[in-house]
Amino acid sequence: MTQQQPLLKMQGITKEYFGNRVLTDVSLDLNRGEVLGLVGENGAGKSTLMNILFGMSVITQTGGYAGKVYIDGKEVNFQNPFDALKAGIGMVHQEFSLIPGFTATENILLNGEILHDNIVTKLFGPRLKTLDLPEMRAIAAKSIELLGVEISPDTLVAEMPVGHRQFTELAREIHRPEMKVLVLDEPTAVLTESEAEVLLTSLRRLAATGIAIIFITHRLQEILDICDRIVILRDGQVVKEIATHDTDIGQVAELMVGRSVDTKASTTATYDTQQETVLAVEHLWVDMPGETVRDVSFEVHKGEIFGIGGLAGQGKLGIPNGIMGLCPAGGTVILHGKPIHLDDPAAALAAGMAFVSEDRRGVGLLMEEPLDWNIAFTAMQVQNKFLRPLLGGLIKWRDDRAIRKVTREYIEALEIKCTGVEQPAQELSGGNQQKVCLAKAFAVEPNLLFVSEPTRGIDVGAKALVLKALRRYNSENGTTIVMVSSELEELRSICDRIAIVDEGRVAGILPPAATAKEFGMLMIGKLKNADDKVVSHA
Amino acid sequence: MLRLRQFIDRAGWPRIIIGLVLLSLFVVAPSVGVRIDASLMDTIIRFGMNGVMVLAMIPMVQAGCGLNFGLPLGIIAGLLGATMSIELGLTGVAGFAGAIGMAIPLACLFGWGYGVLLNHVKGDEMMIATYVGFSSVSFMSIMWMVLPYHSPTMIWGYSGQGLRTTISVDGFWSKILDNFLAIRIGPNFMIPTGTILFFALMAWLMWAFFHTKTGTAMTAVGSNPDYARASGISVDRMRTTSVILSTVYGAIGILLYEQSYGFISLYNGPFFMALPAVAAVLIGGASVNKANITNVVIGTILFQGILTMTPSVINAAIHTDAAEVVRLIVSNGMIVYALTRATRKSR
Repeated sequence: MTQQQPLLKMQGITKEYFGNRVLTDVSLDLNRGEVLGLVGENGAGKSTLMNILFGMSVITQTGGYAGKVYIDGKEVNFQNPFDALKAGIGMVHQEFSLIPGFTATENILLNGEILHDNIVTKLFGPRLKTLDLPEMRAIAAKSIELLGVEISPDTLVAEMPVGHRQFTELAREIHRPEMKVLVLDEPTAVLTESEAEVLLTSLRRLAATGIAIIFITHRLQEILDICDRIVILRDGQVVKEIATHDTDIGQVAELMVGRSVDTKASTTATYDTQQETVLAVEHLWVDMPGETVRDVSFEVHKGEIFGIGGLAGQGKLGIPNGIMGLCPAGGTVILHGKPIHLDDPAAALAAGMAFVSEDRRGVGLLMEEPLDWNIAFTAMQVQNKFLRPLLGGLIKWRDDRAIRKVTREYIEALEIKCTGVEQPAQELSGGNQQKVCLAKAFAVEPNLLFVSEPTRGIDVGAKALVLKALRRYNSENGTTIVMVSSELEELRSICDRIAIVDEGRVAGILPPAATAKEFGMLMIGKLKNADDKVVSHA
Repeated sequence: MLRLRQFIDRAGWPRIIIGLVLLSLFVVAPSVGVRIDASLMDTIIRFGMNGVMVLAMIPMVQAGCGLNFGLPLGIIAGLLGATMSIELGLTGVAGFAGAIGMAIPLACLFGWGYGVLLNHVKGDEMMIATYVGFSSVSFMSIMWMVLPYHSPTMIWGYSGQGLRTTISVDGFWSKILDNFLAIRIGPNFMIPTGTILFFALMAWLMWAFFHTKTGTAMTAVGSNPDYARASGISVDRMRTTSVILSTVYGAIGILLYEQSYGFISLYNGPFFMALPAVAAVLIGGASVNKANITNVVIGTILFQGILTMTPSVINAAIHTDAAEVVRLIVSNGMIVYALTRATRKSR
């Protein structure tokens, strides 16, 4: 790299959300014409870092950040995305921000239209200026051409294939002459392989014109293909900054996923591979939006804590939601030798399974209702607990006293911080809400418990308590637990075996003691076909 | 001071303001020559007449189907029960019980269809419910002409077919509950004990229902349908049950109303019956997704009290017969006010 002043320099960036530290002292710099790869697991802090760079309101509304950002050696502090745009920073998001009913040209030059005065503007002001459509079309065509793709500037976005939309979005960013830094957040996620290749080529071409590019993706091969340098984030810290030609995909995967291999691998006392099979899943498919499961088979043994990991959107969350009947699903699920009727939550619960949903507020809790209802409801409805039969069982009367009693027990056992059983669930902190969700599942006394993202969005202390509660429940009651989590470290600290899901399929099942590299390779789907992939790119 | 603030917090400003207005009307009343005892009796009777129809709001609100603007459907079931009872010539207790007995199955049937319909339009229940109410009234306007009723007390005298717009229940079951154990104090005051007791019974049944397993499930469906589904509850079935319950209460409510009023109003009679009930429960402090029996009692007393007192007091004060105009302005004004208060509690 040249020793000139870097185009973009971020120094000592630290950011907290509500006391939860997500970025710690992150520094990076970027030169003209350079392509920088930014990689990290979900929640490593990539998006937060880019939001800071782009001046997104979510940052300023949550108390800003510490650290400094320099562009061309001048310190900047963007209060909103418009400031960032003016300073020459462009961003292409994962989700499209295009207007479907507008043509490519109109989208590309949105709010940057070429305008002319006419007679009416003399009378009524500049809002009625005429659009110079031919000129606009020429500019749009030029910026599309720069990308090396063929899109007619007059096509409506609504009629474009997904790939073309992505290019349109990119064209919108690069048509501006002041463009200096382009941030691409998972630009290839929606593209086919050939489209992705075209995109990568055009990115190289853009870089050659002097634009600096920050490229975020989970597809590590792409990073290796086009980036000059790679910055690896983990838990909000830069773990490694490395030049691409000095590394390989395995090393990047390992750095991304694991603290080194010394993490204590644990096996629960109750676990024994010789134990009978409790749950057998064969060819399960689940139609869960954003988490499609295509073909998953696995077995869970009695008393085991079985982990399911993988990157976001690969389908790991779909597995419990499908088995518990919350999303349309098919395939065979056999619990204790009996097939479970899918698409029916009542049947799944009646069979002795319970589920702690990843969507705590949406599915897990009755936010407006008191804690006792939250905890006792499922057990009451499914197993007729906490009910008193009246008139010979004709009427099932709610036994409020029994509900309060059991709630007090769980509040004590799980150390739920609350003012009492009558407190509405919405007033509790995230960690305590999660404990209420666990209590709800425990109250059913399941023989198989699904726990989905049990530590998402809660602070470190609460995380440890939640994991401890799960572990204790497993060892005391011998309950089999299937835990789905995005945090591999968490899975490795508590599970007996860990399945990694990639593209809706089980990529492999590993013991927790396996190396971070092995897990990383499975997560990015590169273990089995790593070789032929490399060949195809060569 | 702290206690006062707590009271205000618990009761809510709208109720305190309306309560104070009602109180001031009672204070002003004697000075313009309106008798307090007669006004009080009117308020109590109107409370009894309307109470059950306001209670009908609770199940659907609790199940997350919103306010039952389709109450006319239940009312029609009640009207059919009432007219069939008269057609069969049942009088007295048998007549009233018969009317209820025939209205309930019809209300269940109507409510089931209405509930299935509402399950297809989740999120827009209240809009659709309004049209269900209106269109059922229009449809029945045809049916009242066509249905083969023969009782001479009910059909048009000159054509010999089709039901009259207003049918007197005198001689059948007029004031049967109003007069049951009625307490009369002086010539101008009477408490319709039977009607109030009947309302209390219906309120108690509602309260009891929400203390059963099904009632608990219904509340959970309204509070968070995804949670309920994850707990193995059939959300659609619960919603349908709530609509049926609401429709049945509407049917019984109109019968209670008619026995006290003395007349059955057919054709466009049920047209605007939903709005006062909706307004009453909202004024009582219910939101679009939470309502309880206290809301119903307080709301009905306030709404009917204002509705009784304002026209008579203003009429007497300005010495003009503007009662009907004032009554319309006040009742619709209260409805508008209540609807602006219709809050959806945040999830």
